Amino acid sequence: MAMAWIWTGMAVVSLLFAAAAGNLGALGGAALDGARSAVELCVSLAGVMCLWTGVMEVLEQSGATAALARAFRPLLRRLLPHASRDPETLSALSGNLSANLLGLGGAATPLGIRAARAMARGCEGVASDELCLLVVLNTASIQLFPTTLAGVRAALGAADPFDILPAVWLVSLASVGAGLLAAKLFSRLWRA
Amino acid sequence: MKLSEWIVPALLCFAGTYGLYRRVDVYAALTKGAEEGLGVLLRILPSLVGLMTAVYMFRASGAMDALAQLLSPLLSAAGIPSETAPLLLVRPISGSGALAVGTEIMERSGVDSYAGRVAAVMLGSSETTFYTVAVYYGAAGITKTRYTIPAALVADLVMFFLSAFAVRVFFTS
Repeated sequence: MAMAWIWTGMAVVSLLFAAAAGNLGALGGAALDGARSAVELCVSLAGVMCLWTGVMEVLEQSGATAALARAFRPLLRRLLPHASRDPETLSALSGNLSANLLGLGGAATPLGIRAARAMARGCEGVASDELCLLVVLNTASIQLFPTTLAGVRAALGAADPFDILPAVWLVSLASVGAGLLAAKLFSRLWRA
Repeated sequence: MKLSEWIVPALLCFAGTYGLYRRVDVYAALTKGAEEGLGVLLRILPSLVGLMTAVYMFRASGAMDALAQLLSPLLSAAGIPSETAPLLLVRPISGSGALAVGTEIMERSGVDSYAGRVAAVMLGSSETTFYTVAVYYGAAGITKTRYTIPAALVADLVMFFLSAFAVRVFFTS
């Protein structure tokens, strides 16, 4: 229901603001523009997305993701003990984690989704505590190399495009920690 | 920084060579996996259409700017450059929007200036919260998200306030 309230709220507030500012004419166009951009974004994501799910399938059939999963297993077992019991979910989770760390957002998302779908089985549309935790971890990025950002900074003539990395690491770590703590705390207050 | 150039091609070559070594039909596996990716996209698309329609309306109506203006006195009290206020609002909602806003801040204030660096750190240490939530739960068929969004926004807030602090710590000029 949260998305329903957010979505309706944004539409109503937009209408009120546009009416007050007298630029109601632009609003309808913007709405249609947003819908079109969503499809354009999906299409522009499609190639990379399919490539990564393809590569992951190759790695999976070769048994490489199983090896990678082993490295992250202790950490994931502590964070998501229930989901980690299924080997396929565990390998998707560990792939999601390592792709996030390498800044490969396009590879991280399909793997995370695969894990999320497995974890949602039998939940009847209600997110479990572990699923909430997985999504919260993915909304707070854990990136070692923010390459897009460095590219933009380089294009703007920064003296050293990567000099912000220590600051980025510190802030990422703190925000991931805060998200984890908040999720753990809220899970006690929020009954399913 | 040279390492990042290597990641994608090296991973592709590694996947192929390792697969062949393990006697896997690499190409068949690749296309099978790509098909799965297409299915995921089809499940994502409806929620993206809904979300981006609302975001574009919010931006075009001027509500986004008004909110940013409302917050800027509060931000300067916390030592956050007021130039970065729009980023707080756009960052959780739109990835490409946040990159555009951040680029604009870096360009106007100077890429190596205080505000420019704070904007960069904010961009680098966060994800597009609402997009991520919509994509994951849309694909998993979850409608009751419970405390996911509040918890994710706590992480975003910590990120936002700490970015300015981190830049002050690492760049004392």
